Amino acid sequence: MIEVKISGTALNIQSCIDWVMSPQCGGIDIFIGTVRNITKGKTVVRLEFEAYEAMALNEIRKIAEETLHKWPVQKILIHHRTGVLQTGEVPVIIAVAAAHRDAAFEACRYAIDTLKQTVPIWKKEVFEDGEIWVAAHP
Amino acid sequence: MKMSILAFGIVKEIFGASVLDIELTDAATVDELKIVLEQKYPRLKQLASYMVAVNNEYAGPDQKISGKDEIAIIPPVSGG
Repeated sequence: MIEVKISGTALNIQSCIDWVMSPQCGGIDIFIGTVRNITKGKTVVRLEFEAYEAMALNEIRKIAEETLHKWPVQKILIHHRTGVLQTGEVPVIIAVAAAHRDAAFEACRYAIDTLKQTVPIWKKEVFEDGEIWVAAHP
Repeated sequence: MKMSILAFGIVKEIFGASVLDIELTDAATVDELKIVLEQKYPRLKQLASYMVAVNNEYAGPDQKISGKDEIAIIPPVSGG
């Protein structure tokens, strides 16, 4: 089973865990991305996330489907935030449930790594003295 | 043909708009679109890379564009 979402409002960690819990699954792996307060020595004031929403949902769905093909995983949930996030807030949650932990760990790792490479979502870091679109320039 | 190109992230700043209207030759390829855009907006060439999406899918350089397609410029992604 797959559950994907792009949301302009706060993600709910507990409801993500509740969605993947199931009696057949002995292992649940969860990745929670959070906004850290320092990047390369500079204080981050906030992050701004923008998505090409229709395509981003397509790409996220593809990743979820791939994990179900590659590993014996029962459920995968991928939720991503858009908009302005303060430090400590949660831009992404990936929750994976499988019968055994190896599959859950590996699928979760694959999902976040692939999301960062393929999903059309962009992050602007806003510092006290300027701002930068992450990864835009070499 | 007249096309409206969607822009995101830093490309929105390069275009100065979230939608760019341009004139393209009929059945132009993705690569031809990039050449037209780079002539008009040389800052595109300074990006680490960028992709073109046609109807919500990443497109290869030889893919042909039709007037009804939804075209978007995808600068390096940085979600997560």
